[in-house]
Amino acid sequence: MLTIASIAYKNLLRKKIRSILTIFGIALSTWVLVSLLGFNRGYEDSLNKDIDNLGFQVLLTAKGCPYEAATLMLQGGAGLRYIPETVVDELYKDAEVDVLTPMLMQAVFDPEQGESGVMNAYLGVDPKTYPGMKSYLSFVQGGWFTDANAHEAVLGFEAAELEQREVGDMILIPDHDVEVKVVGVLARSGTQDDGTIFMPYKALQHIFDKDGLITSVGIKVHKDANIAAYEERLFQLPDVQVVSMASVKATISNLVSTARVMVLSIALIAILIAMVGVMNTILMSVFERYQEIGIMKSMGATLGHIFGLIWFETLILCLIGGVLGATLSVFFASLTDSLIRYLLPYSPTGSLVSIDIQLVFKAIAIITVIGVISGIYPAFKAAVIKPIEAIKSSEGEI
Amino acid sequence: MKDLLSVRALCKSYHRGAEEIKAVQDIDLDIREGEFVSFVGASGSGKTTLLHLLGCLDNPTAGELKLSDQIIYAHGKTLKEKKLTKIRAQHFGYIFQKFYLIPTLTVKENIMLPRAFYKIGAKGKDVFELAQSLGLEHRMNHLPKEISGGEMQRVAIARALINNPQILLADEPTGNLDSVRSGEIATILKDLNANQGITIILVTHNPELAKCASRVIELRDGRVV
Repeated sequence: MLTIASIAYKNLLRKKIRSILTIFGIALSTWVLVSLLGFNRGYEDSLNKDIDNLGFQVLLTAKGCPYEAATLMLQGGAGLRYIPETVVDELYKDAEVDVLTPMLMQAVFDPEQGESGVMNAYLGVDPKTYPGMKSYLSFVQGGWFTDANAHEAVLGFEAAELEQREVGDMILIPDHDVEVKVVGVLARSGTQDDGTIFMPYKALQHIFDKDGLITSVGIKVHKDANIAAYEERLFQLPDVQVVSMASVKATISNLVSTARVMVLSIALIAILIAMVGVMNTILMSVFERYQEIGIMKSMGATLGHIFGLIWFETLILCLIGGVLGATLSVFFASLTDSLIRYLLPYSPTGSLVSIDIQLVFKAIAIITVIGVISGIYPAFKAAVIKPIEAIKSSEGEI
Repeated sequence: MKDLLSVRALCKSYHRGAEEIKAVQDIDLDIREGEFVSFVGASGSGKTTLLHLLGCLDNPTAGELKLSDQIIYAHGKTLKEKKLTKIRAQHFGYIFQKFYLIPTLTVKENIMLPRAFYKIGAKGKDVFELAQSLGLEHRMNHLPKEISGGEMQRVAIARALINNPQILLADEPTGNLDSVRSGEIATILKDLNANQGITIILVTHNPELAKCASRVIELRDGRVV
């Protein structure tokens, strides 16, 4: 049974290279579209996860003090500022506070590690409150400290690899000549905790001669708390800086939104190029078959038949290109992830490109709709061909 | 035999720049059911234009054209394109000097092509019987590029006949063929007219082919001589 669809399909085989190139163009556009839509979602999810993994919504530090281990290490361990430990009791007085966890950050240069020495980040934490806030942390070996003053350490996954230590081993804190016992090794979390050496903050205060001082307080507020109002009250405190994870997230999201608009504009251009490519291919095909189309009309093909024939060709090209592009985007998602990660100044630790079947179908549908819209003009041009004009054109009369 | 096609004072003119070309002028003609008519004449005499008008492929500029009792064109008005398309599909089969076969479709698919657009049902011909009658049964799965010119024209004839038309219009059907293949086509046309009763209107420069017709009409300067 010969149908309009089979005639359309066979016609695409007439100029194979041209059809393949058009399909390739559509596939590339689909790839870009799926990747960007996937990035749109993946980045947001990963960012939220990273912020949530911090375990607290607000971080209070001494003014000017770096609050991330990575920043501290970049500064060569310098620039630490301290706040008195008594601030914790003051903070607990606010009704919005659920849990507080005091932290003391220290960095020590270890000349014995690596080729030219390594900066180690030590984070003193409260064994009572910190594990509860970081509930996502799990151990590959051992567990948390036995005592709030114990000279014990829990190593992040990468720190354990770097130190080449296991539970029961001792590590030496350079410059202070103090040995601490490894009691736990954390599983990889994909966060900066992986490179951190955790100790009870009281013990760390004593070793580093910082009794009564901390560098930051992690604050977890009640579920229904008004974080903005609470942060306003914190800002009134002297010589402290308030790092709101909500505002950090908002700032990064704003930056990413700007980048996303730019990238979506590029995607739109890619789609427009694909559209022009499809229109050009089909239009050329129509002009080449001018006489054939005229003869078909002399055989009883209506305007609708010819319109349908050309439209089917467009649909076939777009569907094949769309499916191919979507497949490529799924298979090369990790490559796209790496590329975006390389291009962005900051990227969260989770997967940046999140592609699921729903997104794939959505992108194929978008490309197909856009494709068939671009096929309307060539299809219309073909449909209005008059048989007599087509026949005369072949006789050289017009 | 009743009249199948009737034309009265039929005219067709067109402009080439400022010049008006009168391709067909005041032609009165009746073609009866089952007739085999051939139009002959020099190039530019208007025979192909007249064939296109009779086959509802082109619109006259004046006069009247009737198919059986149905008025196709009169008083400067023609039927709507949709209606003309249906009439073309139902009543006419066309053969041209160029075969106009679709290169990506097989011989069988090319023959079946009109059925993709117009479903004629039980009144249509069986494609295998038709192919057999034209000696194409062994070529059904071949592409046009794999068959000879004579076979291509036979495929075009089969395609024109698949929907069982009343009238077969042939415009220089042997123009691209050698004498042997031309003879084959002439035989086929004669057979279609004599044994199947199909009305044939033929335009040709070939005197041998013109002789197949029961009536030969000569045109000169757009008029019947």
